[in-house]
Amino acid sequence: MDALLHQIVSGLANGCIYGSVALALVMIYQSTHHINFAQGEMATFSTFIAWALIQAGWPYWAAFATTVAISFAGGLLLQRLVLRQVEKAPVLTNVIVFIGLLLIFNALSGWIFEHTLKSFPSPFPKDSVLASRYVSAHELGSAAVMLGVLGALFVFFRLTPLGLAMRAAAQNPDSARLVGIRVSWMLALGWGLAAAIGSVAGMMIAPVVFLDPNMMAGILLYGFAAALLGGIDSPLGAVVGGFVVGVLENLLGAYVIGTELKLSVALVLIVATLTLRPNGLFGKTVVSRV
Amino acid sequence: MKALGPRGLWLTVALLVLALLVLPFLVKNYRVFQFNLVLVYAIAILGLNLLTGFNGQISLGHGAFYAFGAYTAAVLMDKAGVPYWATLPAAGLLCFGFGLLLGFPALRLAGPYLALATYALALAVPQLLKYKRLEELTGGVQGIVLVKPDAPFAFSLLGQPLSQDRWLYFFTLAVAALMFLLSWNLLRGRVGRALVAIRDHPIAATAMGINLPLFKSLAFGVSAAITGVAGALGAITVAFVSPDSFTVSLSIFLLVGLVVGGLASIPGAIFGAVFIQFVPNIADDISKSAPSAIYGVLLIALMILMPSGVMGVLNGAWARLRARGS
Repeated sequence: MDALLHQIVSGLANGCIYGSVALALVMIYQSTHHINFAQGEMATFSTFIAWALIQAGWPYWAAFATTVAISFAGGLLLQRLVLRQVEKAPVLTNVIVFIGLLLIFNALSGWIFEHTLKSFPSPFPKDSVLASRYVSAHELGSAAVMLGVLGALFVFFRLTPLGLAMRAAAQNPDSARLVGIRVSWMLALGWGLAAAIGSVAGMMIAPVVFLDPNMMAGILLYGFAAALLGGIDSPLGAVVGGFVVGVLENLLGAYVIGTELKLSVALVLIVATLTLRPNGLFGKTVVSRV
Repeated sequence: MKALGPRGLWLTVALLVLALLVLPFLVKNYRVFQFNLVLVYAIAILGLNLLTGFNGQISLGHGAFYAFGAYTAAVLMDKAGVPYWATLPAAGLLCFGFGLLLGFPALRLAGPYLALATYALALAVPQLLKYKRLEELTGGVQGIVLVKPDAPFAFSLLGQPLSQDRWLYFFTLAVAALMFLLSWNLLRGRVGRALVAIRDHPIAATAMGINLPLFKSLAFGVSAAITGVAGALGAITVAFVSPDSFTVSLSIFLLVGLVVGGLASIPGAIFGAVFIQFVPNIADDISKSAPSAIYGVLLIALMILMPSGVMGVLNGAWARLRARGS
């Protein structure tokens, strides 16, 4: 029973990370209807920046904040310089460009920071009053950070004029442009936000899995599975999907199939969701006009 | 080609065939081995092109079919003692079945979702190949070491004997020619037009009476079969298979080859294969990470600047040349 509880709790903690990766994917999907295959490598690259800053002697939270800022600016620039060129191109073009970005960021991580495994510090103390037998301080802390990010995003999108403008640009670009919203810049903002969220997720997962250029490959897949399970156009669904996938992964890994087939679980989840319930748990059914 | 006249055309083709036949005797064994891989990749890219280029179904997981074909050949040769040439039809058939099987869920997945599902497949392949319960068959992490087939007869030209690699060159060349001919035949007729129509406008295609599920899953099956044959040939050429030769980068390299050569162009596959075989060697001298960085930059640059690849540029240049001549 103890072991089971432990698995569930640590699944929930991982679920937070998956949920945030999923959230970043959903953000980009909502505004552009594309799935960003480079999300994971972008997050890894951001984490490497944080690692370099910490190595240079920066205090953790200063490095954290700087990394988030750099990632935001990077995401914004990326949309302005590269993705704007293919904004109206067919899906295949976009997928190929995303794969190109994935290769570039992966290669850059390897080139600049080398392929050795690096340990990444956790900002949370090893022993704390809140930590118990079931949950480590880092799991609690990263869950708190991710929930904080979610809360902040919710407030941003619901309660600020800029958030409203971004939602308008995503839902109805033409009308949004008519009321004076700069739609293309809103897309860039969306990319910036997604890159920033990804960087936070990367920094939270790195102490658990160690840092190397391919760190996020598996996590990204789980993020995809979470996003699809929750419904690719629903931010709430992404988070719930993240928790479900996190717990499922841990339980299946511990009791049913072992750890070596973990990626296949994600594959099965993705294919099963797409075939049985393509809109996910919370997604809207899309009806298109011919 | 009309500018050359029928006689000129035949002469060009004959010269090209002669060059291809003499080529392996002009270079060292290792180069021949590289040429073999180029041919193998060309077949694999051709398979991918059929699905992604012509039919518009985006696959980021063709490495999985390649791996399946390679392992089929390796297991048949190693465990059942099947001669190497007989493993190709088996690999083709099995991959056809595997592709059809995947083609059905793919029917419900549009655009990026299919790319995503196949990407997941590509990521999962090495893990599946390492799976403990299959270890007896697949050799687990160690993989399977094969024996390269000997040439069936002794022969030498320009002082170079018909070595194993040179024999495999001719074998691969013959298979590649067959595959290209079959695909060309398939694509230039009714089926090809149906596939392109589905890519360009699925709803209009249905209205024209094209059976969408049938053609889409058939495209998946045939594409998988061609790539599977390439995988089997690859296993025979390299004489070794292991899970780590079939990571997600293989699928991505095939995609790079496809884009470089030109989407929806049959001869483009050859340019793509030459590219993914030789450019990494050159880039490797710069840095270990350089090949994928160059691939990445190139993919994006190609998509923005010349989305039709090498073949598109060649065709354009040819058209301009002819317009000036007349």
